[in-house]
Amino acid sequence: MKDLAERAVNGDDRAVARLITHAENCHPDLYEAMRIIHRHGGRAQVIGITGVMGAGKSTLIAEIALEYRKRGKTVGIIAIDPTSPFTGGALLGDRIRMSRLTMDPGIFIRSMGTRGMLGGLTGAVYDVMEIMDASGKDVIIVETVGVGQAEVDIIKIADTTLVVLVPGLGDSIQTIKAGLMEIADIFVVNKADVPGIERTMAEIESMIDLGHRPGVRKTPVLATAAKECKGITELVDAIEEHREFIVGSGSLPDRRRKRYEAELVEIIRKRLMTMIFDEKVFREKVESLIGRIEGKETDPYSAAEEILDGLLK
Amino acid sequence: MERKIRVLVAKPGLDGHDRGAKVVARALRDSGMEVIYTGLHQTAEMIVNSALQEDVDVVGLSLLSGAHMTLFRDVTDLLKEKGMDDVLVVGGGIIPEEDVTPLKEAGIRGVFGPGTPLEDIIEFIKGNVKG
Ligand SMILES: Nc1nc2c(ncn2[C@@H]2O[C@H](COP(=O)(O)OP(=O)(O)O)[C@@H](O)[C@H]2O)c(=O)[nH]1
Ligand SMILES: [Mg+2]
Repeated sequence: MKDLAERAVNGDDRAVARLITHAENCHPDLYEAMRIIHRHGGRAQVIGITGVMGAGKSTLIAEIALEYRKRGKTVGIIAIDPTSPFTGGALLGDRIRMSRLTMDPGIFIRSMGTRGMLGGLTGAVYDVMEIMDASGKDVIIVETVGVGQAEVDIIKIADTTLVVLVPGLGDSIQTIKAGLMEIADIFVVNKADVPGIERTMAEIESMIDLGHRPGVRKTPVLATAAKECKGITELVDAIEEHREFIVGSGSLPDRRRKRYEAELVEIIRKRLMTMIFDEKVFREKVESLIGRIEGKETDPYSAAEEILDGLLK
Repeated sequence: MERKIRVLVAKPGLDGHDRGAKVVARALRDSGMEVIYTGLHQTAEMIVNSALQEDVDVVGLSLLSGAHMTLFRDVTDLLKEKGMDDVLVVGGGIIPEEDVTPLKEAGIRGVFGPGTPLEDIIEFIKGNVKG
């Protein structure tokens, strides 16, 4: 494990990939590697991208990555797609749009399933970010499908969060409902080549104006046509501008602390879950308690109490 | 936590049909695997690079015939070169009977002709993937 970490820190892609697998599988010795990894991280700029399926996020990420490469930066990409809660399987198709990046040694792409995180970000995402960061990637881009908790969680890990919308009916209304207004540092209206773009832009801009308070940074709205490589330079400029803004206003450390908090909570959550559900003793206890709940000998609250008592004593 | 079988499904070569590959990809997903689908027109180098970054246990190639034999050999050679020969390589598609043996010799350990039940492919992968 330590050897893998040392190799990953030296930029060995094979070691990076294997370490990510261990993180995804919650390997019991992972912490040995992560100690080393953490010492070497904390430099990378993290960009989160969320929005509905089919909005063009993956296509856009490919273009953003190429633009950062032109600017001399290396790029790590984490593309997260939902795991089926029924089969545990996942179809991860984001690489289809990133084919052109595959042969660039300055780019590392990893596809991940959410693996039982109930619509949230996958629990391993913090580890994966730290690993890519420590391996020397300057910019890390995280793609999540905009369903449920994932899009809200992403602000906990990203320095800059992009919400991607497309022209079309009801989109902006949905966005307000879903609480996306608050999480966006930048709005991107992609597919600017299709009709209706002006209207959607105007809708979002007026929405932003409505909620805007004087003296506060106004969320920019940018149009892109990722498929035609249009608007990408402007978008990356806006990301850099936001980056300068959070550095200048002193809020970058706050964002980083938020990420470490989320990461810490996630590690504790995972450890507790393993203790309760994986270890044989607890598993047996849980099974017998479920039986007693079923037989109305106890209730779920008392049963939970009993498990927690066992853990805390 | 259990480990999951990760499979890269790739469509090498220049032809533009990936219906079969998609059907297999979906079946593998439904059997609980994580399937990374890379799309059309993949070169051997691209397939191996993706397999490396994704740290997959299996590479599934959609084959049209043994006519692409050099391409498959490139994939297995490159895997070996990178020390990734523990990755299980399988192929499926319209493969003439006489191509099966050379394909296996080229390191494509599972070769599945048209009409192979999807369950057989799943079984083969689960039974042959490294422990
Ligand atoms: N017309 C148009 N289509 C686009 C654009 N960007 C992406 N697409 C298409 O939208 C579809 C979904 O793209 P994808 O990047 O996979 O979306 P994701 O699900 O948000 O990651 C694909 O068919 C893309 O080719 C664009 O700027 N204009
Ligand atoms: Mg995508």
